[in-house]
Parts: sequence; structure tokens; C-alpha cells
Amino acid sequence: MTIDRLLEGLKARDPRAIGRAISLVENGDDCAEAILSSLDEDLIAKATVLGITGPPGAGKSTLTNAIISQLRLSRKRIGIIAIDPTSPISGGAILGDRIRMMQHATDPDVVMRSMATRGRLGGLCATAGAALRIMASCGCSTIIIETVGVGQSEMDIIRLADITLLVLAPGLGDDIQAMKAGLLEVADLLVVNKADCKGADILAMDLEAVIRKGSPIPTKVSMTVATESKGIKELLDRIDKVDSEHRESGEREKRRRGAHDQEVLDWCLEILRPKLLAEISKRKLPLLGDPRLEAKKILAEQ
Amino acid sequence: MFNQCRLRLKMTERTHKKRVLVGKPGLDGHDRGAKFIAHALRDAGFEVVYTGIRRSPEEIAAAAIQEDVHAIGLSSLSGAHMRLFPAVVEALSKAGAPEIPVLGGGVIPDEDIVALKQAGIVEIFTPGTPVDTIIKAFHEACEKKSAG
Repeated sequence: MTIDRLLEGLKARDPRAIGRAISLVENGDDCAEAILSSLDEDLIAKATVLGITGPPGAGKSTLTNAIISQLRLSRKRIGIIAIDPTSPISGGAILGDRIRMMQHATDPDVVMRSMATRGRLGGLCATAGAALRIMASCGCSTIIIETVGVGQSEMDIIRLADITLLVLAPGLGDDIQAMKAGLLEVADLLVVNKADCKGADILAMDLEAVIRKGSPIPTKVSMTVATESKGIKELLDRIDKVDSEHRESGEREKRRRGAHDQEVLDWCLEILRPKLLAEISKRKLPLLGDPRLEAKKILAEQ
Repeated sequence: MFNQCRLRLKMTERTHKKRVLVGKPGLDGHDRGAKFIAHALRDAGFEVVYTGIRRSPEEIAAAAIQEDVHAIGLSSLSGAHMRLFPAVVEALSKAGAPEIPVLGGGVIPDEDIVALKQAGIVEIFTPGTPVDTIIKAFHEACEKKSAG
């Protein structure tokens, strides 16, 4: 596919072109710049980015699937970016989030892409931002990003998404877990999935008790049974409510500005990294020198 | 830690990660073989989109296009391979992606292999095939696709 045909395909929202464009950007191909500068900034500005995060096995993919079904009732075009971890040993990955969402595979208005972290920590991959902009530019008005299964401090998604859901399920720990600092404090909405399982009510109670203390987020935890689509409509109503509040109060703009600056910073560091590493290895530094002092010296000389 | 650093360095460099889709068309639910191959490909450095059991040929083709994979691996243990494997090739063609190579594996009699290859399946693997042979075939299929 030539770059001209690819850009034409993107304009026509051709699934092949969208798939290829994401690959080229993800692989750092030479034509990535042409793709990224051709995108429709207005559509990107309008789209809502929904982050779904939570520990492995909490039901993120299944909940995403149920949310897609509900959103498709209103004929919205939806993008999904589902991220799974890359093996630090082989560099390979199993991208298995699609299994739960295959019922939407042949729906032309559900644009789905699985991505591997490729070494990036924090729950996302480096090009998730670019992929979501490509999807938004191709007419997806809502884009869902499902992170890898996370622990307590993988918070990159908070930056990239307009609204972040933290999905938890009963049976993963006691009430002390709910008191810990981290993701719990920064998510916009908390969801207890598998609400039909033993311990779901207690988990919701523990969470509500913790977040009640002076937090700006609504203190009510959303209960869902994603496999049966229970609680999904209520959850989406709450998401809509938070979204319009954020749009009115300027919170959305504020977040996007912060996220944008942060992503630019990330890329600056990524672009500098190989040059700096080359400079460091060229110097053959003595093992005894303090790394922080050496770094300052190198940077001062650049 | 070292591996982590090596992977991070690759982020801004141009990479040629091979992406493949592994799935099972039809109603056969025996996924041990498909999972074994998915795992082996992961360990060989592939990004494997695993779509699971009971997929229609159209679903597999649509997923392969959205995921921009270099090759597709199908598994069938139910005897329906003569119908389902060519149906995936046809679905790819219809969806405008006839160049994505399809490889297949399962309990497949010798006489069917010839017919399947004629129908456009690049390689067929039967029980007992060494996993290295299969990985090599996927590497070759991916490279051929990238060149084409």
C-alpha cells in the first residue's frame, strides 16, 4: 500500500487502512509522520476516551464487550484499544482480549485493535495515544482503552483517558487493599464487577467507606455483572453524567492539556534516550562514580 | 532488567514485529492445539492475536484485517477443515485482503492436504509436526507477506 493510497483509505475509513496505519505508527515507520499529521483534529477533539483498568481477571474485557453492545444501540461508532503485556523474555505476546469481544468482529462500526506493551510499564503501550487519535480521526466518537491487568500504581491510563473506570471483583484481597494509595484515588468511577459473586457487597462497602473521605468522585460504587449485561446501562448513564460535568467545568480541557504535554515530554525522552545511551557508553565511566552526578555532568555538556 | 532496557530502547527505533492471528473456525471446541501453537509463537517473539474457539470465517477475516496481521493460523480437529479452511481464504478475499497467508493444522488426512493447498492454504501441519517446523513456516509466511 503506498502512502497516498493509505491516507485516502483513512479518509474513507477503510478498515485495512486503519489497521495498517496503526501498525506503521506503532513500528516507528518513516511514514508515521505523514499519517499522524493528516489526522482530523476536530474529530479527535470531540471524541470521548474511556479508560478501563483493573487487576487481571476482574472482567475488563467482558465489561468492555458489554459496554460496546450498549453503546451500539445508539448507533455510535466505537474504537477499542486492548492492551496486553509483552514477554520480557521473548518479546512476543498473547493478545487475548478479543476473545471476549468477538461478537462485534463483523460490525463495521466497531474498530478494534489489540496492542502489546512492547516493554512500556504503566499499563499502556507507547503508541496507544497515536492509535486512539487514528481511530477518532476515522469517526469513532467513543474510544475505549483497556489496559493490561494492573496492580496498584499503573496510572498512565488516567492521563490518556477523559474518564477512567477502575474495575474490581470480589475475592482479590481484604479491606486493607481498599485503603492503599494509588489507582483507587485517581479513578473517576469505581466498578465492582462479578456483583453476583460472594463478597461483592462487602467489597463495594469497603470501597465506599474509603472514597467517601473528601473525594471529588461520586461515592457510589457501580455494580455490574458484565457476562449478563447487568448494571451496564446504569454505568453508562453515570459515565455520561461525569463526562458532561467534566466538559462544563473545564476539567476535560485541563486533563487533555496535561496529557498532551506529558506525552510530548515522553516522546522527547524517548527520542533522546538512544543518543544519551550512546554518549554514556562512549565515556566508559568508572564504576565508582555516583550515577546521578555523572548524569548531571553529561547533560550540562550537551 | 536487562531485557526490559533492551525492549525500551526499541520503542523509538523502527521495528518489524511479526503479528499473527491464531483461531479456530467452526463449532469444534478442542483448543489445546491452537493454544499450544499460540504459546509457542509467543515464545518465538511473535505478537499473537488469539481469537479463541467457534469463530465464523468472516469473523476471523475481519479480525485479521483490523489487527493487520502478517499471517493466520487455523486449527481444526473436527474433520470440517475441507469446508472451513477454504472458507477463511475466501472471506479474506471478499474483505479485500487476499494476500494474508493462511496456515492450517489438525487431524487432516494426506489426500486432503493437496486439495487444501490448491484452495490457497499455504501450509498444513498434522499431529507430530515438530514445533520448530511450524514456527519456521510462520516466519516465512510473515516475511513473504511483508515483501509483497
